[in-house]
Amino acid sequence: MTLRVNDLKVYYQTLRGDVHALDGVNFDLADGEIMGLAGESGCGKSTLGKSLIRLDGRMRHVDGTIELDGENVPIADDRAMNRFRYHEISLIPQYAMSALNPTRKIGRMINELLRSRGVRPADVAEELDRRLELVGLDPDVLKRFPIELSGGMKQRVVMVMATLLDPSLLIADEATSALDVSTQRSVVESMVEFRDRGYVKSMIFVTHDISLVYQMADTVMVMYAGRIAEKAPASTIINDPQHPYTKMLIGALPEVGTTTEDTRLEGIPGTPPGLLHPPTGCRFKDRCPIASEECSQTPPLVEIEPGHWAACWKTGR
Amino acid sequence: MWRYMGRKLGIYGITFVVAVTINWMIPRFMPGDPVSSMLNRASVSDPEALERMNTYYNEVFGLDTPLYQQYLSFWSGLLRGDLGISVWLYPEPVTDIILRHIPFTLGLLLPAIILSWIVGNRFGAFAARSKILDNTVLPLGYILTATPYMWLALLLAWALGVVGGFFPTAGGYSFALTPSWSWPFISNLLTHWFLPFLSMFLVALGGWAIGMRNMIIYELEADYSNYLQALGAPRRLIRRYAFRNAMLPQITGLAVQLGTIIAGALLTEIVFNYPGLGTLVLNSLNNNDFFLLQGIFLFVVVGVLIANFIIDIIYVLVDPRTRVQMTGGAS
Repeated sequence: MTLRVNDLKVYYQTLRGDVHALDGVNFDLADGEIMGLAGESGCGKSTLGKSLIRLDGRMRHVDGTIELDGENVPIADDRAMNRFRYHEISLIPQYAMSALNPTRKIGRMINELLRSRGVRPADVAEELDRRLELVGLDPDVLKRFPIELSGGMKQRVVMVMATLLDPSLLIADEATSALDVSTQRSVVESMVEFRDRGYVKSMIFVTHDISLVYQMADTVMVMYAGRIAEKAPASTIINDPQHPYTKMLIGALPEVGTTTEDTRLEGIPGTPPGLLHPPTGCRFKDRCPIASEECSQTPPLVEIEPGHWAACWKTGR
Repeated sequence: MWRYMGRKLGIYGITFVVAVTINWMIPRFMPGDPVSSMLNRASVSDPEALERMNTYYNEVFGLDTPLYQQYLSFWSGLLRGDLGISVWLYPEPVTDIILRHIPFTLGLLLPAIILSWIVGNRFGAFAARSKILDNTVLPLGYILTATPYMWLALLLAWALGVVGGFFPTAGGYSFALTPSWSWPFISNLLTHWFLPFLSMFLVALGGWAIGMRNMIIYELEADYSNYLQALGAPRRLIRRYAFRNAMLPQITGLAVQLGTIIAGALLTEIVFNYPGLGTLVLNSLNNNDFFLLQGIFLFVVVGVLIANFIIDIIYVLVDPRTRVQMTGGAS
C-alpha cells in the first residue's frame, strides 16, 4: 500500500470561522495506481491534493493521519514535512504555466533546485535529458527561458522536473485544465508512461474532467462537499456508479453519438452546501432524489464490493 | 541586439534634437530683455552711450540677427562646444561656468541617488522578511517619503549644523581656502557636502524601501515561489529569486527618478547654498542670462539621456525577457 489517508480533516481559517474543506477523508492508494480525483468546484479535491504536500498559511490540519509507504507523513509540521517534499511526494501544480522562475534559464533553475535539495545535478543530468526526450522535448529547452516555451512545453518541463527524483506519490492538480484537447492527450499519455516506467509509483490526478480521467486512471474517487462520495475502478464509476451523486454526475456528461433531440442532458438541481457550517448527516441529501429519514445520519464509507467504496445509506446493503 | 541598440540610439538622437530646440526657444520667448537688464546694472546715464552699448552687445550676443539665423548659429556653436558667452558673468564663456559647477552637482546627486537606491532596496527586502521589521521599517519609510523635502533639509541643517555644529550649513567649501588637492581642502569639501547629501539620501530612501518591500511580497506570493516551496526549496533560494525579480521594476523606477534630477538639485542647492547647477539656474534666471540657462539645461538634458540609455542597456542585461524579445527568440 503506497498511501493511506485516515480520517483527514483540514479546515480553512477565515474571519467568519472554519471552512470544513476536508471533513473526514479516508482512502488508500495502491502501488502503481493512478487515481482520478473528481468533483465540483469547492468540493475539496484541490485541498486534498495540497494537504498531501504543503498546507498553505490558511489551512489547518485538524485531525487524521497520512501514511506513505508505511511511514507517517507529518503534514502539520512544515519543517519535518520538507524531507518528503520532492523526494517522496511531488506536485504538478494547477499553475504549471507560471511555475518556473521567469528570469532564470530552465536548466539553471532545475539545477539550483536540485542542489538545494541535496542532489548533485550532474548525477541526474543524463536522466533529465532522457526524460525530456521521452515527453517529446529537445534537451535544448534547458538553455531557454520559460517565456520561450509554449504552454504545453512548459507543462511537460514541469512534469519532468517534478518527477525527476522518482517520487513515491505524484499529485497532479488540474494539470491539464489549461491545455487544449490534443495537448491534454499527449500530456496524459506521458503521465501514464511515467507510471509504467516506474518514475512515479502512484499518482493522484485532480480534475473536474471525468472523461479525461476515464482515459488514464485506474480508479476514480468522487468527492462531494469535503467528503468522499464514491471510489471505484474507473470503468465501474462510469458504467455502474452506485452513489446517487456519482450517478447524476455521470448522467450530466455528454456522450458521443447522442443528440439533444434524443435525450436532454440532465444537470444536478441545486447547489452544493456551504462548508462554513456544513449540514449534518449526508451532505448530498438536499439535492438527492432518493433521500429519506436515515440520511440525517452521516453515512459511512463502506466497501460494497471489492475495490468499490461508497458513502450512501442506499448502497450499503 | 545591435539593431535594438541602433534603434534606441536613434530615438535618443531625435529626443536630443527636440530638447535642444525647445531649450533654445524657451528663453527667447521669455519676457525681459537680457541686454537692457545688464546695462541697467551698469547704470549708464547717458542715453546716447546706452544706445551704442545696446547695439554693441546685441551684436556680440548675436541678438540682432533673424531668429532662424540665431537658431542655426546656436547649433553650429553647440557642435563646436561653444555655448556662447554669459550675460551675467560677462565675458566668461558659458561652457567654462558650467564645467566649474558641474562637479558639485554630480558629486552630490550621483551618490545620493545611487546609494539611496541600493540601500533602500536592501532595506525593503530586509523588511519583507519579518513582521516586526515590517512594522518598524515601513512606517519609517512612509514618514521619510511623506516629508516635504525642504522641511527635512532645513531640519537637518538646523539640528546638525546650527545647533549641533557638526557640519557647515552653506557653501561648497570655506572661502578661506583655495581649491587644491590637499587634505584640508578635501576634508572641508566633504563636511560641506555631507548635509545636502544626507537630506537627498534620506528623502529618496523611504520610497525605494517601500517599493522594494511591496515588490518582494508580491514576488513571494507568485506561483513560482509557491511551487518551489511545495517542492521543499529552502527559503534562501526563493528569496534570492524574489529579490532579483523584484529588482526589475526598481530599475525602471530609477530611470524615471533620474528625470527629476534637476528639481531635486535645485531645492537642495538653494537650501544649502551649494555651488552646483541648481544655484546657477536660479542665478541665471534672476539675471535673465538665457545663454547660461540654455547651457545648463542642455547639460541636464544630455545627462538624463545618457543615464536613461545606460539603464536601458542594464535592463536588457538583467531581464532575459526583453533580451529574448529583441533577438526574436526561438520557439
